[in-house]
Amino acid sequence: MDALTRRAIGDVGYPVAWSGWVRWLLERYGNRIAWVLLTLYVVYASSTLGFTPARFFAGLGHGKVFVLRLFPPDFTSQWADIQHDMLESLEIAVLASVFGIAASLPLGLLAARNLMPAWVTWPARLLISLSRSFHPVIVGILFVKAIGFGPLAGVMTLAVASVGFIGKLFTEAIEEISLRQVEAVRATGASFSNMLIFGVFPQVTPRFVGFSLYQLDSNLRNSTILGIVGAGGIGGTLLAAFQRFDYAIVCAIVLVMIAMIMVGEVVSEQVRKLFQ
Amino acid sequence: MSGNIDREWRRFTPRQRILRFGVYLAVAVAFGLALRSIEIVPEFLTDTPTQVADLLVRMWPVDWGFLASTVIGAMVETIHIATLGTITTLAIALPIGVLAARNIVTNPVVRFGAKLFLVASRSVNSLVWALFFVAVFGPGALAGTVAITCRSIGFVGKLLGEALEEAAPGPVEAMTAVGAPWPSVFLKGYWPQVKPAFLSIALLRWDINVRESSVLGLVGAGGIGLVLDSGGPWLRSWWPSWRLSSSPRWP
Repeated sequence: MDALTRRAIGDVGYPVAWSGWVRWLLERYGNRIAWVLLTLYVVYASSTLGFTPARFFAGLGHGKVFVLRLFPPDFTSQWADIQHDMLESLEIAVLASVFGIAASLPLGLLAARNLMPAWVTWPARLLISLSRSFHPVIVGILFVKAIGFGPLAGVMTLAVASVGFIGKLFTEAIEEISLRQVEAVRATGASFSNMLIFGVFPQVTPRFVGFSLYQLDSNLRNSTILGIVGAGGIGGTLLAAFQRFDYAIVCAIVLVMIAMIMVGEVVSEQVRKLFQ
Repeated sequence: MSGNIDREWRRFTPRQRILRFGVYLAVAVAFGLALRSIEIVPEFLTDTPTQVADLLVRMWPVDWGFLASTVIGAMVETIHIATLGTITTLAIALPIGVLAARNIVTNPVVRFGAKLFLVASRSVNSLVWALFFVAVFGPGALAGTVAITCRSIGFVGKLLGEALEEAAPGPVEAMTAVGAPWPSVFLKGYWPQVKPAFLSIALLRWDINVRESSVLGLVGAGGIGLVLDSGGPWLRSWWPSWRLSSSPRWP
């Protein structure tokens, strides 16, 4: 734009109104302002939480001692307990996945807006989002209170978590299906259940298998910590070892945990490939 | 010709069918074995209605004074832990995610190292990380923040690496063709392509971190969980009792 045009349209090169100033500042210095605000926030938040470099470096000193005491891992002295609890974690994960997935299949179907009337979808959606609204550990506390310590509380907790997650994703998957196939099946005079079996399920099965595998993985991870609130599995033994400062056993437990989770990840990757 | 017409169409090959059947069988067997060997104490179930009634009765009336005096402050601390943890994570996960991307780093050893680091970070639950850092830094928000950071690096790094691998090679090749140095190639070739993904990963992880940092206090790592653990108005009376009785191996 040359000077003559600028004068003709009244552009004086700087903003004249308040809103113009704000926009001009943001366009010009927005990035820098964001960085400064971020830095200010970090400084403010760290000071309210009482972070000081002295504390951090003192911690690193303790950390060195701690790491030295972690190794070598002690697999032998509590191996029977570790094995038993690890198996219990695995059982919790399997049972919770099966129950949770079995429950979320009909629930997800009821919550799909394109298949069901609104008075059915709302309660189903409410139930699903209620199951998702708390962290598993907090749900675990409630179940331990209600049905006592032990793996049953863990199974119930993770089943609730699975309903929350799979129910939501399954609902969304059903809402995204192509209705043409459904109409085609319906046009042949098929019943409602036939419409579901031949029109809806074939379209969502691969995604459903994917969600289920992801949930099994996630349940496996979470079943290792539920013991911290008394809901069965390896977590209780881990917390006990921490409280005894028995770090060699802690290290052994964590290594076994990592190994199990990695095996789980590899297996679920293979199964996912098979069902694609 | 007639052979072609009579041939039956099948969706899956025999190998696929057998493998799929094997998966179903394995699931059924695992379910059966787990159901048989899991240890359930039926005595605990008999008084479930009493326990639930007790829980509900003691939840009411809500102690609003406690909310104002303690809960709000702890909630703010929780959000600080999650936010600071996420910011630190982004700073650390960015270079590691770059090292894990196949199209950027050609050296397989470096890439394997970065991937191993990310997997290790991801495989340990944030509560377990928190247990570690409470042992290192002592109880408090510092342990929680570092725990959140350690758990999130694996998540953000993995997703960022995948986003970088999906970046279109065109702009990058154009940059290298004009002889741009590596930082320019990254900033102008890769970064604009992955920036939206990076921001959405960061927000997603922040969301998860707020949720996770709210339970870190159960192991002493600061935030609202600490209040929950020390017995909010409705937990106080039964909480210590299970700590003593839950495990026969307790010290």
